Amino acid sequence: MTVDYATRPVEPLAAIAPALPEPERGETVFDIRDLTARYGSNTAIRGVSMEIYRNLVTAVIGPSGCGKSTFIRCLNRMNDLIPGFAAEGEVLYHEVDLLGGNVDPVAVRRRIGMVFQRPNPFPKSIYDNIAFGLRVLGLKDSLDDRVEHALKRAALWDEVKHRLKASALSLSGGQQQRLCIARAIAVEPDVVLLDEPASSLDPIATSSIEDLMHELKRDYSFVIVTHNMQQAARVADMTAFFSLSQADENGHRSGILVEYDATQKMFTAPSDKRTEDYVTGRFG
Amino acid sequence: MTLTTPLRRRLVNLAMQAIAVAAAFAAVAVLAIMVISVARRGGGAINLDLFTKLPHPFSFTPVKSGLANAFVGTAVIVGVATLMALPIGVLTAIYLNEFAPRRVAFLIALALDVLNGVPAIVVGIFVFALIVVSHGQSGLAGSFALAILMIPLIARATQETLALVPESTREASLALGVSRWRTTLSIVLPQTIGGIVTGTTLAVARVAGETAPLLFTSSLVGDQLHADPRQALASVPLKIFEYSESPDPADHRQAWAAALVLIAFILLASTVARLLAARSRRKLGITR
Repeated sequence: MTVDYATRPVEPLAAIAPALPEPERGETVFDIRDLTARYGSNTAIRGVSMEIYRNLVTAVIGPSGCGKSTFIRCLNRMNDLIPGFAAEGEVLYHEVDLLGGNVDPVAVRRRIGMVFQRPNPFPKSIYDNIAFGLRVLGLKDSLDDRVEHALKRAALWDEVKHRLKASALSLSGGQQQRLCIARAIAVEPDVVLLDEPASSLDPIATSSIEDLMHELKRDYSFVIVTHNMQQAARVADMTAFFSLSQADENGHRSGILVEYDATQKMFTAPSDKRTEDYVTGRFG
Repeated sequence: MTLTTPLRRRLVNLAMQAIAVAAAFAAVAVLAIMVISVARRGGGAINLDLFTKLPHPFSFTPVKSGLANAFVGTAVIVGVATLMALPIGVLTAIYLNEFAPRRVAFLIALALDVLNGVPAIVVGIFVFALIVVSHGQSGLAGSFALAILMIPLIARATQETLALVPESTREASLALGVSRWRTTLSIVLPQTIGGIVTGTTLAVARVAGETAPLLFTSSLVGDQLHADPRQALASVPLKIFEYSESPDPADHRQAWAAALVLIAFILLASTVARLLAARSRRKLGITR
């Protein structure tokens, strides 16, 4: 489908944000302290400290190249796969430092799932996409029920229930991404990280994914990276604004956390000038 | 102002094109001439007896003879060699592509390329010194020599297909809390079966005609039929070599016929391998 962006009415951010109630900051899931992440000699993010709360949607926004993806990939140790990556500081997850030497990244990822920028279903059947993780992680009892439950929660069941044996690659992009969400929640994680999950989807698929997050946050905690401020304003309870620091003496710039607060406040009354410039579209 | 091509440039263009086309035709022609000449000399001797009867000593009255023991021997030797080389080649490729640090991977890839370039006769002498001197000739020693030739072919073909598997599928599995080896086994490897089959088929086609390694390892054979790889086994290439020196014209005909069978097998295997490769590429293409 095509959308005429030129004539589509743009909702003013301030108009959507106040509709959200002030989020209740309950239990802390992540307590991030002075996190610095490097690729070789290149510092991607520097000195990030923030707390992420249970059963909220936390959005990470900011211009491209400011380390948003690097940041959330630190939360489930996905950056370990990249040669030359190193992180300093602490990422306390329920009081355990995920960066600690004796922490097994595989065990971390069982509790902290992830959905990626581009839908990446396995080249297997729809059913096996969900069942694979369940089988490997030993959740084999009543497998069919678990698969059905996960697909229902991802609002995909009605569209695929008659063709569970069909290849997942035959689904549309939006369906594939919902399948990836179903796959991530099927193994009953504690947190789901989403790295720009809607960036390759059309507006209708995007809004179905946003609805899902509203629905599912009762049971999970979400951290979502997005470059779409409207999306952050629509789905997030809390919003963190990342930006690039001033160039150091060598001319290097790195990603920093500028401001972190309730989404409503971030979009209507930010306390930092840089946040205000960004959310009002004067920068970025 | 004229916008036509100058005559000189047109002539040079034409000449270069003609040379390139001629070279391409020459390459194909060599194969065609070879196949035709082998077919003309050996085609007449291809019959069921060639595959079912045993070699017969020289006689003045025509007897029904064939190379059954050589075909069985080659099948056993190449089969056992494949069983040896396939797991090692595939595991090497998996380590190379999935686990090895970049520098180690470079060294392994280099070693495979060097191994691929080692002349077959050198491999034969190596296995002769390693196994045959102490344990005598056997089909197993021959298989071992051929397996050494097959490993780099299978490993490189497998590694190339592994490299085509998108990183995002690996990430999807790892993000579920699935271990690295389980991801490789259950998610990555199933997508590369096509490449593995292709590489193995090409490797089989390549070594089925190898003569030199078998000369040292499995050549002292009689004319009886057996399939026990613990003893020396007859083989098609060595039989061709042996019959080419025979004074009996009937032997010459059989040597040509065996050569024709070998060429036909290699042509068929290569074609099948290419079709399989194209198919698995297409399948990987859809997965992005």
